[in-house]
Formats: sequence, structure tokens, C-alpha cells
Amino acid sequence: MTSTDSTLRAILQDVLGLSAERVAAFDASTGLFGDLPELDSMAVAGLLTEIEDRLDIVIEDDEVDGELLETYGNLLAFLEAKVVA
Amino acid sequence: MIAAWPCSGPSGLCEEYALAFDQGRGRRVLIVPALFDEANRMRGMLVDTMRLLDEAGIDTFLPDLPGCNESLQSFTAQSLHSWRAAMGQAAQHFGASDVLAVRGGALVYPGTLPGWVLEPAKGPSILRQLIRARTIAAREAGHHEDSAALLEQGRDTGLELAGYRCGASLIAGLQDALPQIEGQRIVMQAELGGGGLWLRAEPAAAPEQSAALARLIAADLDA
Repeated sequence: MTSTDSTLRAILQDVLGLSAERVAAFDASTGLFGDLPELDSMAVAGLLTEIEDRLDIVIEDDEVDGELLETYGNLLAFLEAKVVA
Repeated sequence: MIAAWPCSGPSGLCEEYALAFDQGRGRRVLIVPALFDEANRMRGMLVDTMRLLDEAGIDTFLPDLPGCNESLQSFTAQSLHSWRAAMGQAAQHFGASDVLAVRGGALVYPGTLPGWVLEPAKGPSILRQLIRARTIAAREAGHHEDSAALLEQGRDTGLELAGYRCGASLIAGLQDALPQIEGQRIVMQAELGGGGLWLRAEPAAAPEQSAALARLIAADLDA
């Protein structure tokens, strides 16, 4: 597991209030925005801001689209590309 | 449990409320809540902390920020300045000996009191997150809103963010405000264990975090 992967899982654990085991079971196809009712626009905004803080990156408005937040795999792939850049 | 305190509003003195555990003891901690939705997410944890501090012989006061919670004042009329003035008045009214500021509360707490600042939040981060929530909600509803344009509109005429009708002065104030910590102890989440409750999508109690915070405060006051 990459460090970006473990950081993202830790943040999701905090935002969703899930156990480490539940979040460890997330895979690339696990649905996020739209599938998790507690993940509303306010929670997503908090999630993205926390990701920026902990990974020291900036996520631009136009990078946040439905696809980015559709699945765990999409969000992780986006962040891994960002962290390397 | 519920105590009133006098607060100056736009049309003279008005009454605001605070949750209070007051037995006239020497140690009297004013708790300045987080701002916006974070206040709701953390209230349960803080109230449990107050109960534990009461058992430890420490009085605590959790006032409403004007315009929030039970307050009858207009939210739109508020600014960081008005909240700072109000928290100063609450501190004076209750005779606070110490202060605990939580997250964005660090932008408006009475910095002359000793005490603790729990995970201080910067104004620009708070504002960015609120504006982001609005652009995400707009996108979901099928239209586009631009953060920079929203910010400009906010500074000009005010802006509704996450259900709060923010006045222009509050937006302008948040844009540059940084916590002013003057010797208070900064408490980071890791000291309480678990995840920060302000991040939590659904509010929840966290008895172990309340206990850790109460222990930390009681230990510092004994020292």
C-alpha cells in the first residue's frame, strides 16, 4: 500500500467514522459520493480540504467532478498522480 | 445549566445564552465553540467534557456565538469582530479564569486568558471549505459556480454558505484571519486519540475523547 493510499484511508475513516477494518476493505471499485449517504457536499468539502492539508497538495475547483469522487480507485489514482507531480 | 449573559447587539444590549456548570468555584473555564457546522459536530463531545470537569471541581461555560444556536441576533449581522467582542463580554460576565478555544473559536476567543486551543483553524481554510461545499452542491444540481467569483460576491454583498447567510464583513474577516495564540497550550487531536469530530460527516459522541480532554485540562489546572 502506498503512503497516499494509507493517508486517504485514514482520512476517510475520520470523515465517515468507520472502523479501520471497514476502511481497509475499500477497493478500487468501492463507491464514494452517491453511494455513501453521509458523504454530502459539506462532508466532501471537508474531505478534500483535509486531503490537501495532509498530502500538502492543492486541488483545483475544475478537478473536482463527479467522476473523481465516484469510486475509491478514481480518487486514489488522482491523488497519486498529484503527489508525484 | 442554562445561564444568560448580556451581549451588545446592533440595537443595544441583548441576552445570550450559555450552557453552564457553575457552582461558584475558583476555576472557571470559558469554552469558545468552533464556527459554523463544526460547532454542532463537536458540541456533544464538549458537553461531555464539561460534565467531567464539573465532577473534577471545575466550572465551565459554553456560550452561544451571537446569531448561532439559541441566539436571537441576526447571523448576517455578525463578523469575527462582533464574535470576539461577545466572547470577551461572556468571559467578563462569568468571571472566567481560563479559556478553551475550539478550532475556528481560536479566531474570536479572549486571548488575554490562559488556557488551551484545540486544533486551531485558520480563517482562509474555513472559508475555502465552505465555498467548496457550495460549488460541489451546485455541480450536483447541474450548474457551475466559480469559487473566485463567489468570494468576490461574498466580500461585496455577503454570501449564503452551507445554509448560513454570511454578511460581507464576516467573509472579509475570515479571508485573512489567523489564530492569535498568546501562551495558551495548543492541543492537537493526537493527544485526544481518534479522529477529529469536526471532520465527521455525522455528529457523534466520543466519550474517550471527552475524557482525555477533561483529564488534560484538570491536570494543567492542578499543576
